[in-house]
Amino acid sequence: MDLILVAVISLGAIGLIAAVILYVASKKFAVYEDPRIAQVAEVLPQANCGGCGFPGCSGFAEACVKAGSLEGKLCPAGGQAAMEKIAAILGLQAEASEPKVAVVRCNGSCENRPRIVKYDGAQSCKVAHATCGGETACAFGCLGCGDCVKACRFDAIHMNPETGLPEVDEEKCTACGACVKACPRVIIEIRPKGKNNRRVYVSCVNKDKGPVAMKACKVSCIACGKCVKECSFEAITVENNLAYIDPNKCRLCRKCEAVCPKNAIVAVNFPPRKPKVEAPAAEAAKAETPKVEAPKAE
Amino acid sequence: MKTFRIGGVHPAENKLSAASAIETLGLPKQAVFPLSQHIGAPAVPCVAKGDVVKVGTKIADAGGFVSAAIFSSVSGKVAKIDSVIDASGYRKPAIFIDVDGDEWEETIDRSEALVKECSLKPEEIVEKIKNAGVVGMGGACFPTHVKLCPPPGSKAECVIINAVECEPYLTADHRLMLEKPEEILVGVSLLMKAAKVDKGYIGIENNKPDAIKLMQEKAAAYPGIEIVPLKVKYPQGGEKQLIDAVIRRQVPAPPAIPISVGAVVQNVGTAYAVYEAVMKNKPLFERIVTVTGKSVTKPSNFLTRMGTPMSQLIDAAGGLPEDTGKVIGGGPMMGKALMNIEVPICKGSSGVLIMNDKEARRGEVRPCIRCAKCVSACPMGLEPFLLSTLSAHNEWERAEKEDIVSCIECGSCQFTCPSNRPLLDMIRLGKSTVMGIIRARSAK
Repeated sequence: MDLILVAVISLGAIGLIAAVILYVASKKFAVYEDPRIAQVAEVLPQANCGGCGFPGCSGFAEACVKAGSLEGKLCPAGGQAAMEKIAAILGLQAEASEPKVAVVRCNGSCENRPRIVKYDGAQSCKVAHATCGGETACAFGCLGCGDCVKACRFDAIHMNPETGLPEVDEEKCTACGACVKACPRVIIEIRPKGKNNRRVYVSCVNKDKGPVAMKACKVSCIACGKCVKECSFEAITVENNLAYIDPNKCRLCRKCEAVCPKNAIVAVNFPPRKPKVEAPAAEAAKAETPKVEAPKAE
Repeated sequence: MKTFRIGGVHPAENKLSAASAIETLGLPKQAVFPLSQHIGAPAVPCVAKGDVVKVGTKIADAGGFVSAAIFSSVSGKVAKIDSVIDASGYRKPAIFIDVDGDEWEETIDRSEALVKECSLKPEEIVEKIKNAGVVGMGGACFPTHVKLCPPPGSKAECVIINAVECEPYLTADHRLMLEKPEEILVGVSLLMKAAKVDKGYIGIENNKPDAIKLMQEKAAAYPGIEIVPLKVKYPQGGEKQLIDAVIRRQVPAPPAIPISVGAVVQNVGTAYAVYEAVMKNKPLFERIVTVTGKSVTKPSNFLTRMGTPMSQLIDAAGGLPEDTGKVIGGGPMMGKALMNIEVPICKGSSGVLIMNDKEARRGEVRPCIRCAKCVSACPMGLEPFLLSTLSAHNEWERAEKEDIVSCIECGSCQFTCPSNRPLLDMIRLGKSTVMGIIRARSAK
């Protein structure tokens, strides 16, 4: 009987002492954490994609609360809706942001860009990029090993087995930029989604001179400059033998798409062209034939 | 018999062309000279379109201290300065020369006579080597004069000549030793004089008994030069492995270099090039290239002018076999599969290996079974399975701590892996990334 009593009393005493120590410690060493951080973290998608530029969702929540303003902050996965919620919690103004999407700037499908060798090294774009120029004569285009697919946390990018190119699912893509970082050739670009999801862009990143690019791929940009002349808004520039359309200046008129002799400019989500537009399009087609040769002169 | 202490593997030797005497290959129609044929800054062209050049005319100046000049291997007219797809698979700037006749610079001594006497001072020898554009002929193409100018605080004690040729299939160095032993020995003496040492070793693997015997006979007349027969083991031709095998010293991890343990290592082909540069005033513009493969009709060793397209060598060896799976620039262990057989022969092209379809195919990649064969095979004492995983997950900091930059890219790990894992592919990627990070840090 004594034994049990001693055990109960001694254990009880230890428990009591420990409780006192813990109580004192929790009061003395308490770290105050703004409760709003937890609230903000709750409205974030918890994808921890890193698209915001902070280490995970909690890191972003902390940054939002501590900065005291939402300027330049955007959760690409949660989008404008999440930012509005955060603004409501913090009593701040959310910055208006344009929805964006990842765009694959290579159209070198098996048909457009013939495979001249077979790569059988490690199935990773990074390795393929470092060890060889890829399976085609284009040393800039998609390597097709799918590093971007592996990098995507939203299941938004997939390889199309027919074309051998990645395709972005616009609904799922949050423009977090993980694929952009994963691509060793910087083919993927984050661009504004555009009005009614309509976009016009140069679907090529080949910086070779015209004749070389021309041989490598049917739909390569040869930097002929026709689009630059055609554009009324100065949205197109040609640098390093490659045209680029500035999405902020582009007014989606599609004139450049019509004049591109190599069909390197792509316009997506547009309704089919109206028949009456056909006449100028045909004219452009006529005009382009002799000019295809023109960029060869260097 | 001596060999290096850590790791190593034994790939099948396949020295098919060992018995084929060196043949001189005909001139190409057009010779192409990429401007970065060596480690270091690319060379800077010193000719322009339309200029007439002779064999041995300098066409590009060294682009810095760690760089080398490039000399024309043909006579003719500069057609253009443009870009060419080199062995890396990417377009690189190059000089194109249309061949017309075969007219040599008058300064070059074209006689076969052996010249032994040299009254030049060490500095003058180094200067001559530099002015002849000589680089390491083993494949890494490190400018030779840089190796002969030790950084302050270090002193060379001996010159080690790499005549190991541990790569399977390749026989260029073996044939060179059989056909030009005296020239090589004079070259070694010159290198010893330039490095201001009186001890020279020539390491030869014992799968070349004829070369060992011949070199030993001839070396008797050259004081200070010792022939060291070595037990066959890959990668004995690695600089650090060879130093360990010959003088039993281990080079510490980078930034230590061979000179830190007193050794200057040069390839046997380099020794020959040094002989020609110093004694015959002949700059580096031709080399011996092995063209080989199991299905090749006539495995051969060609004395080839640089800038010759590889397709010409393949044709001379009996043409591209029908069952070709891969064409590799260099040997099977460290060589690079080529995208294009029009790639020009450069200073570092030791061989063209044509693998048949069956040989070339990589096995199916299976999961790692933790057998640690790669760890036992690694001649640098690294953990390849770990380094490759770290590279695959972009763990650069940890990869640096695990000493990824010490990897010599010999491929022993990948060769020995029973699961066919692409270990070296990933490690190479990690190594270059980590080296980039280190460079960026030290530039700050």
